[in-house]
Amino acid sequence: MVTAVVDYGLSNLLSVTSAIRYLGSDAVIVSSPDDLSAADRIVLPGVGAFGDGMRGLKQSGFDSAIRREVSKGTPLLGICLGMQMLFDESDEFGTHEGLGLIHGVVRKIPSEDIDGIPQYVPNIGWSGLIPSSGSDFRDTFLGNISSGDECYFVHSYEVIPSDESSRVADIIYGGRRICAAVCSGNVMGTQFHPEKSGQVGLNILKSFLA
Amino acid sequence: MGAKKARVIARLDVKDENLVKGIQLEGLRKLGPPNDFARKYYASGIDEILYIDIVASLYNRNNLSYIVRKTCEEIFIPVTVGGGLRSVEDVRHILSMGADKAAINTAAIRRPELISEVAEAFGSQCMVLSVQAKKSRTQSGRWEAYFDNGREHSGYDVVEWVKRAEALGAGEILLTSVDSEGLQRGADLPLIEAVCSAVRIPVIYCGGIGKPADAVLAVKAGAAAVASASVFHYGKYTPSDIKQALTGAGTGVRQTW
Repeated sequence: MVTAVVDYGLSNLLSVTSAIRYLGSDAVIVSSPDDLSAADRIVLPGVGAFGDGMRGLKQSGFDSAIRREVSKGTPLLGICLGMQMLFDESDEFGTHEGLGLIHGVVRKIPSEDIDGIPQYVPNIGWSGLIPSSGSDFRDTFLGNISSGDECYFVHSYEVIPSDESSRVADIIYGGRRICAAVCSGNVMGTQFHPEKSGQVGLNILKSFLA
Repeated sequence: MGAKKARVIARLDVKDENLVKGIQLEGLRKLGPPNDFARKYYASGIDEILYIDIVASLYNRNNLSYIVRKTCEEIFIPVTVGGGLRSVEDVRHILSMGADKAAINTAAIRRPELISEVAEAFGSQCMVLSVQAKKSRTQSGRWEAYFDNGREHSGYDVVEWVKRAEALGAGEILLTSVDSEGLQRGADLPLIEAVCSAVRIPVIYCGGIGKPADAVLAVKAGAAAVASASVFHYGKYTPSDIKQALTGAGTGVRQTW
C-alpha cells in the first residue's frame, strides 16, 4: 500500500510524509504526474496562496493526473490549501479555477464575527470539530474521532460546499460555522492539518490509510 | 468549543546538540538531547514546541535543522524555530525541515523589512516576531527591546515595536520578559497587558512562569499562549498540570491528545 504525496513545488511535504510513515504505511513524495498511477492513495498537501498552488498543479500536469486517478477510484485527501483546491474556484488574490472535484467555492473568512466585532484572520490554533450533520462522525472518514476533538488550523480562507452532503465537519469561528472537513465519494479534504494535530490527527490519517 | 483556546508551549533553548537552560538568558546548564524532552512534552499534551538556537545569532547560523527534522518525524504538533534566522532563504530552509513558523528577533531589529518579506513569502502565520523585553531603567511602565539573548539593546520601545511589526505583517508575537526569565517568580503582567492591548495578533508570553497559577494570570492578562521552559525541564510541572489549571480557571484549552 503506497501513498503518494504530491510535490508541486510549494509545500512542507516532510511533516505529512513523516506522519504516514510513523503510522507504518509507505509514503513517497511524487514530483512527476506519471508516477501517480502507481499509488494506492493520494495526499494533496498545501500551504500558501490558491493561485500559486493551482499554477503549480497545472504547470506540472498534476491537475489532470489527479482527476484521472480520482476517476479510477483512488482515494484522495486534500489538506489545508490542498482541500481548498478540490473546489471549483477561489477569490484569493483574483478569481482562480480549482480542480472542481467537489462543488463549491473558497472565500475569505469574514473580518468581523457574528456580532460585527472585528476578528483576527487568519484563524491559527486548535479548534474542536463538530459533525456537520448528526451528533457524531459515524460512517464518515472521521469515524474514529469524537465530536469536540481538536485539530490544528492555519487559514485565512474557508470552503463553502454547494452540496451540504459533502460537508463532514465544522468548527465555530467568530460565532459562525466554518467548514473543516469534506467528502464526496473517494475525494476527502481537511481544512486543518492532521499531520500537526497530535493523536487526533494521526487517527484521522490512519483511517484514510486503512 | 467556540472561543479561542489558550495554548501551552514548551520552549527548548538549544546550544549545539543540547537542551540548555539559563537564568535571565545567562548562566547555561546542559540538560540533554532536546528530542527526548520534546517527546515527553508531546505525550503530556503540549500544544506546540518552540526551539531556539541560543547561540545562532552570535555565529550567524542556525544549527537546528537536524533536531527539527527529527522532531517532525515523531511529534505531530506545530513547531516554531528561532535563533539566527536572517533571511527569507533561512526561513525557507527551516520550514522545509518541517517547522511551521519562524521566530525572528535580531534580524528584524536590524532590518524590519524582513518581517514583510517573510510574511509575503510564506504567510503571516509563519512570521513570529520574537521580542526580548527588559524594563526601562529610566521610565516606569516602559520596556525596551533587546537582542542577542538580552545582551544588546535596540533602543526600541517594546509597545511601539510590536505595533510596527504587526503593521509589517508579523502573525504572532513571542514576548519574553528578560527580567523574569528563568526565575520562576511569575510573569510580568503589566508587560503582557501593555503588549496585548497594542496589537490584535496573538501574543505568546514567556518568562517567569513557575507554577500553573502564573500561567493562568498570564492568560487572563491577555496572552494567547504561554511558553515555559524551566518548570517543564526540571519536571516541576507537566504541560497537563498547566492545562488543568487553565481549565479550572475557565479558560478553554486543547483537551484531546
